[in-house]
Amino acid sequence: MSKLKHEDILEDPDFKDLSRQKFIISTILTIAELALYFGFIGLIAFNKPFLGLKLSEGSAITIGIPIAVGTIVFSWIFTGIYIWWANNKYDVLVNKVKEKVGG
Amino acid sequence: MPQTIIGQTNPVAIMFFLLFVISTLGITYWAAKRTRTTKDFYAAGRSITGFQNGLALAGDYMSAASFLGIAGLVSTKGYDGLIYSVGWLVGWPIIMFLISEPLRNLGKYTFSDVVAYRLQQRPIRAAAATGSLVVVITYLIAQMVGAGTLIKLMFGLPFELAIVVTGTLMILYVLFGGMIATTWVQIIKAVLLLGGATLLVIMTLYKFGFSYGELFGQASKLYGAKFLEPGGLVTSPIDAFSLGLALMFGTAGLPHILMRFYTVPDAKQARKSVFVATGFIGYFYILTVTIGFGAAVLVGQKAIMAIDKGGNMAGPMLAEALGGNLFLGFLSAVAFATILAVVSGLTLAGASALSHDLFVGVIRRGQAAEKEEVKVAKISTVMLGVIAILLGIFFKGQNVAFLVGLTFAIAASANFPALLLSITWKKLTTYGVVWSIYTGVIVATVLIILSPTVWVDIIHKEAKTAVETKVKEIDAAVLAIDTQVAELQKSVVAPDVLAKMKKKEKAVAEKKNKNAAAAMVAKTQEKDQLAVKKKEAGAAMPKPIFPLKNPGIYSMAAAFFMAFFVSILRPEKAAADKYAGVKVREYLGIGSED
Repeated sequence: MSKLKHEDILEDPDFKDLSRQKFIISTILTIAELALYFGFIGLIAFNKPFLGLKLSEGSAITIGIPIAVGTIVFSWIFTGIYIWWANNKYDVLVNKVKEKVGG
Repeated sequence: MPQTIIGQTNPVAIMFFLLFVISTLGITYWAAKRTRTTKDFYAAGRSITGFQNGLALAGDYMSAASFLGIAGLVSTKGYDGLIYSVGWLVGWPIIMFLISEPLRNLGKYTFSDVVAYRLQQRPIRAAAATGSLVVVITYLIAQMVGAGTLIKLMFGLPFELAIVVTGTLMILYVLFGGMIATTWVQIIKAVLLLGGATLLVIMTLYKFGFSYGELFGQASKLYGAKFLEPGGLVTSPIDAFSLGLALMFGTAGLPHILMRFYTVPDAKQARKSVFVATGFIGYFYILTVTIGFGAAVLVGQKAIMAIDKGGNMAGPMLAEALGGNLFLGFLSAVAFATILAVVSGLTLAGASALSHDLFVGVIRRGQAAEKEEVKVAKISTVMLGVIAILLGIFFKGQNVAFLVGLTFAIAASANFPALLLSITWKKLTTYGVVWSIYTGVIVATVLIILSPTVWVDIIHKEAKTAVETKVKEIDAAVLAIDTQVAELQKSVVAPDVLAKMKKKEKAVAEKKNKNAAAAMVAKTQEKDQLAVKKKEAGAAMPKPIFPLKNPGIYSMAAAFFMAFFVSILRPEKAAADKYAGVKVREYLGIGSED
């Protein structure tokens, strides 16, 4: 492919849409993951008593345990959201652009 | 204390282990016949499915240290152990959102392919190979020393023999079976480890009527409510933040993980494999938490720490308590298999940095016959394997825990910024990357040497122990004085008793009281002196030059800054012009290697 063709593809509205959407989704999910993990670390650093609260009256389980496990589970759910978006939206747009440029 | 046969030669464990070795060597034989081209050797012919690669990634990443170490940490430290298990997972979503698809679309065999795509090949290849090799070798040393120690604990094999067996098997897998054999060793290990850990958790929960309330209730009854609360692990928020950054972005800079993305046919399978890997790894870390608390209750901290102070044998001991010798043997063999799968992945990644990046990219300027490249890759494999064995033996008995932190710090500071910026930033230049990578490696290494983990705990270990012993002695002396004072206090005759005494007796008692009071004053003075002495002793405590335990926050910032600064200072028009091609291929996968 010539260099000119690459620049043409970059100017294609569908390609622009594709790269913009991918940028937004990746950024949002990365920030969400950072917030999730550093939120957890922040609680440990600044609010230990909160994590030590009992889940319910008479239970030995502290709130910190489901929060730690939840951080793991939500990280996985975030990757699931990305997969869902990529399979349903991203790939469709990729194929559309590919057809147009005959890749 | 429950009886344990851990540490003795265990025929059941050896039988299970031999079974694993024979079947994986069989696979290696089968793989060897399919390993001819560079694509076979580095990337398993791109024939691995997304799901298989997800399992293999999990097998590549879950180390024996995380299996035995985290369960041990949870069993001895309670909630603080959980903080680690979370930290090891959170880098995976980052790989998916930022790295996985562009990596697959732009590269061929190593992440250097992506970084070098639109920049000058030779300086980039040299720098990226340096970043890869430093990470691979530091991680290999940590894994090898861990392997020797753990195998000695589990099987009673001598340290050196354990390392030679591990090293030899790893060389055999990679040398003959390349990525195909490595992938299947990792898949089998992942299935065995996940299956074994699941079985252990089910058997543990059975003991508690499948009630977590019951498990945690008993744990808190035995070790106090504090056991289920965060304790002293995180004291400095900035240190925790720095370690968190290194774990999060370091995972996305580990060459042996990145390399696995070239084994799948396209970007779609690459992304699927991260989803599968994140699920399995997360599930595994949740299991280790239950195993840790289960071991604390059912085996007991005292028994666990009697075998190994770090608690590493908590998992195997729990298996022995619940499933006898048979289950212990199985789990020990799985732990051995776990070590093998990780070191094989590392060796293969190191060998490809040597052959694909350094030999072909730098020495041969990108021109080498396929046959020759495979040959060099195989020679590199043997070299790295021998180096790993020798370094493993050299570091015997050393405290190598800091190496894991260093590995992640360098991966996050040297490899990750270069990879991310080469995908996302048009104005990135060759020298920006070169400066960034070397800065990341050097800053991370120097800062960790000056940090408490190396400067105090290793370099000034003697001074530290001397201070600690002295402080302990002073504390004991203070305690002795306190008891003496308490006794003197008891000997004092109370005024109401004195009042009832006869004159002669009273005089004696008053004299005694006076003496006791004088003695008490003397003792208090003695105590004050000791307090001063303690302060003096404490002042002699070696201080780290760099205050944080993990340098991630500074080394990452330095690496990113260098990339920006050098790139802006001296723009590279050719690289910026080629960015359009990068973007098209990154998003559409047009022209990707297949």
